Amino acid sequence: MPALPLDDAGPYVAAAYLVFLALILIYVSIMATKLGRIEREIGELSELVERRSERSDERDQERV
Amino acid sequence: MTFGRGLRALSIASAALITVAFALVFFYAPNDADQGFIQKIFYVHVPMAIVALCGFVAGGVFAIKHLRSGDRADDLRSYVAIHISLVLAVGVLLTGSIWARASWGHWWVWDEPTLVSFLIVFLLYACYQPLRFSIEDPERQARYAAVFAIVAGAFVPLNFTAVRMAESLTHPRVLSTTGGAMPGEMRLTFIVALAGMACLFVTLWRYELASKSASIQLRSLKRRLAGDDGLAPLNRSAAPQHL
Repeated sequence: MPALPLDDAGPYVAAAYLVFLALILIYVSIMATKLGRIEREIGELSELVERRSERSDERDQERV
Repeated sequence: MTFGRGLRALSIASAALITVAFALVFFYAPNDADQGFIQKIFYVHVPMAIVALCGFVAGGVFAIKHLRSGDRADDLRSYVAIHISLVLAVGVLLTGSIWARASWGHWWVWDEPTLVSFLIVFLLYACYQPLRFSIEDPERQARYAAVFAIVAGAFVPLNFTAVRMAESLTHPRVLSTTGGAMPGEMRLTFIVALAGMACLFVTLWRYELASKSASIQLRSLKRRLAGDDGLAPLNRSAAPQHL
């Protein structure tokens, strides 16, 4: 096939590079969601630790 | 285990290499004498294909390491390498279809060995996640997935060689003695694009390894703090859940 003129080839080339960029952006946004989940889990973990330390403080006071 | 070490430098290197590669593609590399401007797709399509296939093979190599040592981190490495290679393979199929439509007038050519063989490799690896998900026991999941990754990883170079030996109808042979005779500017642009894509793969691989490892360690810490009875059992997942 003869080479496409620049006007016709441009949208195809742009589409191919946009596919690449879109894939990376989708991937990064999925990773960002996972990061949000990790952050939430860290929050839950610190709550657990706080509850534990409160309970142990109460036990210490009872002993005193 | 820290997978995130050096991630910042890797991310900067990937961004820089890909930016330089794109600049070279559009401002330095000449238009192809035969295909004209449309050949610019080559610089994103071919590096993505090479890196995706190498990623599948790397998944097989980590799977061998996992079977030899029983180290769960190697199972995680193998899983993530295959996962990212699948994402790149989707990109290869899409950019290839766009290029095919512009060059040959068709989105897909079924009697072209290069295209069909890549689709077969993609579909083969598309079974990897469902296979993992179908097995509940983590030990068996890792072992069966490793066997799959090794067999499929060995299939990739065999498939590549078979396609090289087959007669090409329309798809050009890029890395051959005749088809690979690119002018210096095109060769340099291609090498930089390939290096950028490889660096991006390693960055995303390390990024996901760090994320998966962090969530596995967090979950295990939470279970230890709350006691196993205090939490619901782990949901079934295709991804490794233990390190």
